[in-house]
Amino acid sequence: MLTAAIFLPIVGAALLALIPRDREDMLKAVALLITAATTIVGLSLLFGFDYDDAGSLQYESNTNWIEVINSRYHIGIDGISLPLLILSMVITLLCVIYSWDHFPEPHNPKAFLILMLVLETGMNGTFAAQDLILFFVFFELVLLPMYFMIGVWGGPNRQYAAIKFFLYTLFGSALMILSFLALYFKGGQTFDIPLLIEQGGAIAHGTQVLIFGGLFMGFAIKVPMFPFHTWLPDAHTEAPTVGSVILAAVLLKLGTYGFIRIAIPILPEAAKSWAPWIGLLAVIGIIYGALGCLAQRDMKRLIAFSSVAHMGFVMLGIATLTDFGINAAVFGMVAHGLITGMLFFIAGSIQERFGTRELSRLGGLLIQAPRMGWMLGFCAFASLGLPGLAGFWGEFPAILSAYQPAEGLSELTFRIYMAVAAIGTVFAAGYLLWMLQRVAFGVVKPEFEDAHIHDVHIPEYIAWVPLLLGILVFGIFPHLLFDMIDPAVGVVTNGVDALGDAASAAGR
Amino acid sequence: MPFTPPSLDYHALAPEIILTLVLAVVLVADLFLDTSRKWLLSNIAAFGLVAAMVPILSLALSETDVRSMVDGAYVVDNFALVLKALFLGTGFVVLLMSINYVEDGDYYEGEFYFLLLCSLLGMVVMSSSRDLITIFVALETLSIPAYMLAGWRKRDLKSNEASLKYYLLGVLASAIMLYGMSLIYGFTGTTVLADIGEQMSGRAAEQPMVTLAIVFIIVGFAFKVSAVPFHSWAPDTYEGAPTPITAFLSVASKTGGFVALLQLIYVGFFGRDDIWGPMFGILAALTMTLGNLTALRQTNIVRMLAYSSIAQAGYILVPFAIAGSNGGAAADSAFTASVVYLLVYAAMNLGVFAIVIAVARKTRSGEITSYGGLYEYAPGLAVLMTIFLFSLAGIPPLAGLWAKLFIFRAVIDAGTSWALLLGVVAALNSVIALFYYATIAREMWMSPVPDGDKTPIRVPAPLITALAITAGVVIVVGVYPQSFANFGDLASLVP
Repeated sequence: MLTAAIFLPIVGAALLALIPRDREDMLKAVALLITAATTIVGLSLLFGFDYDDAGSLQYESNTNWIEVINSRYHIGIDGISLPLLILSMVITLLCVIYSWDHFPEPHNPKAFLILMLVLETGMNGTFAAQDLILFFVFFELVLLPMYFMIGVWGGPNRQYAAIKFFLYTLFGSALMILSFLALYFKGGQTFDIPLLIEQGGAIAHGTQVLIFGGLFMGFAIKVPMFPFHTWLPDAHTEAPTVGSVILAAVLLKLGTYGFIRIAIPILPEAAKSWAPWIGLLAVIGIIYGALGCLAQRDMKRLIAFSSVAHMGFVMLGIATLTDFGINAAVFGMVAHGLITGMLFFIAGSIQERFGTRELSRLGGLLIQAPRMGWMLGFCAFASLGLPGLAGFWGEFPAILSAYQPAEGLSELTFRIYMAVAAIGTVFAAGYLLWMLQRVAFGVVKPEFEDAHIHDVHIPEYIAWVPLLLGILVFGIFPHLLFDMIDPAVGVVTNGVDALGDAASAAGR
Repeated sequence: MPFTPPSLDYHALAPEIILTLVLAVVLVADLFLDTSRKWLLSNIAAFGLVAAMVPILSLALSETDVRSMVDGAYVVDNFALVLKALFLGTGFVVLLMSINYVEDGDYYEGEFYFLLLCSLLGMVVMSSSRDLITIFVALETLSIPAYMLAGWRKRDLKSNEASLKYYLLGVLASAIMLYGMSLIYGFTGTTVLADIGEQMSGRAAEQPMVTLAIVFIIVGFAFKVSAVPFHSWAPDTYEGAPTPITAFLSVASKTGGFVALLQLIYVGFFGRDDIWGPMFGILAALTMTLGNLTALRQTNIVRMLAYSSIAQAGYILVPFAIAGSNGGAAADSAFTASVVYLLVYAAMNLGVFAIVIAVARKTRSGEITSYGGLYEYAPGLAVLMTIFLFSLAGIPPLAGLWAKLFIFRAVIDAGTSWALLLGVVAALNSVIALFYYATIAREMWMSPVPDGDKTPIRVPAPLITALAITAGVVIVVGVYPQSFANFGDLASLVP
């Protein structure tokens, strides 16, 4: 079942490769069918999931793969993986629908759809992998399609952006794979994640800290966290709309997911030593991202910087190492996927209609395309964390969790972080409303007065409504998601809690 | 003492015997065939290579694991069989790549295939050589035909330069190496590697001249595998030589050098890792870094691939550097890493050159810019080239990743801080390398066609076969590495 969910897209990609290039309708139909089928498999996973047991792996399969290095084909999902897996499937499906007649130049739907499907296999696989080497393969599999997507279909500066994205991530990966190998040798000659979670705690403290450092580089670049974020604005600005959406909605989550799935549970002690620094970089990211937003003139770049800020909240939640914080982080990941994905969709559609994303040239969207204008407003409010919409449940609990970090972490430090992050939300409101004002309010700029601006198209409706509904539903019923996540988070923080208990027992 | 002829195991020698027969047939047949039927020669050579594979398979399946001859100077074990199969496979692919190249270029055909087979014979013998003299003879058998093949485009000055440079430096390397070998013989009184290995921990090891001898031998082979700073011949030779021969030199000839090194180090000199350990460490770090940094600046694809193959040799040197550290703790995994890397490297590098040959049929150019827009008129070639390049860069899920992974595993297995440092250097280098591999990918996918000529490339059938073989290996090993890892494990060296 789960295997089908991972490999169906790549089988589809192979199918597409066999269809001649000029049969566009057939290509699109097959791609749609495959992504829809994958999503249906995903939904059946969702309904068949045992929610009372969301903390343990389900739909597991575990067979031999590479015996020499004792790496196994081990997949399975728990309450943390499941929502992200579904998110990845749904976003890919919606992207195929959105691209229906929006294929960016130089057109060529065949290659574009193939890349999208390969990308989906990589993303789904990463969220399901329970073996470090398998995880690494899927984690890296994502790079190539995204590189080509940006480099071939991107904006004017696409080649620079594509190679920058590739090199940054690969640099992180190189250190990450060294850490994985170190875990293999120090953690009992296995790459199996659940096994390593049991045994990883036994690694000496100094070694743990070093290994965590390598993992940190790999994941933090992907997130991206503050000093490693510079690839993100370039990649987002140059990528085609669909590329930006997938990048924002799913790819960034691979980094944070790595922290939650691998780095923290396997190396709880090192996580504790690193947590204050991760928290520090996270709050710097929040403020820096927000200030960066205020300085942007390009709409997509602004949204990209807002991603840096939002991922800062997610990382702050993770850095507290508490159940509460990590719950907030996972929720934040899903919410950010829905909201920012949606924002990039709208930015792409605006670019297509007006031929520009310059904030200073845009204006009066509400007059020319009122429905799109309202959708933009809706997403902006969701993004700034308005209660009742999904963004709130990622942001607010993350800030709150910093009040009481895991035992052994300095409360004072994290309370300062909390205060700074709270200021960050004010900035967020500032830049998002500013963007909304510039784009949607006011009067139409003279150059576009006579332009015929079409409001939301049918494919756009189909692609966007599910996201908008998701934002609303998870905003009103957050427990739908929290119930799923919470038991699995308990497993993640087990190691950290055990350390805390040991410390307090020793203190007594 | 009366001379007793050594007992020969003809089953074990069958691949060599078949090769010798075939190359004789090619040479003689060339005399009697008129020009219109010369194409038969390549077919004879190809069938000869396939025929030589048969005894290798039967040896692999036979009960006897190790067949040692001439007092241990010539050993057919699993390592030898794996490497022999690799050489024959490489030869087969190079042959497929050459057929149209030699025909269309109007070069001598009979001699070309004859020399190619001679060189392969040298390599096949090299895989079994566990004796200084056998190693030297094998090395010369594989090198001398290669010197001539490098100059096969005889009306082209660059090809002449390629051949001459390769010859002069190759001979210099042989001389240095031979001097080293004579010193070793002088101190140990034997040429058999296993006996040398025993003495290396004893009395002979005390001699300072032994250090010099080992250094000389390694330097000689460093020329052969084009390790920095002994690499200066490689880019010029690779650029000037006929492209199939470039592929042959960068894969088969280089592998030949590494095979000799593996036998020398693991069987002969293992006790003296205090000498070769640091030496290989420095060579590896220099080779990777300089190879990659210079490759960044190249505008000609063959020169770029030349530096890339220098850098790849650097990765293969890494396991050598750490094999002896920590009391030889990582010797097994280092050995496996070297063998696996050689096997994988052969497939991906041959694939890249097959594409270069295919594309040059149309563009008649070696400039990287001539790859602009390849995807638009030859999507199949562009996709395959992308696969090979990213495999060389070590991007999953392609074979190159596992080759690198095995090296990293050996590095961490050794666990000393020097080994880890070398590992980090290798990791950083693979990031640098990506940059120039991606440059070609970028040209193919993202640049316009330079002259606007979008007529598709007609790829001849032998070249398609070569591409199918190499791409098949790269992808299958990428997805299911266990299929290859077995060979690496199997290939434990028997002294």
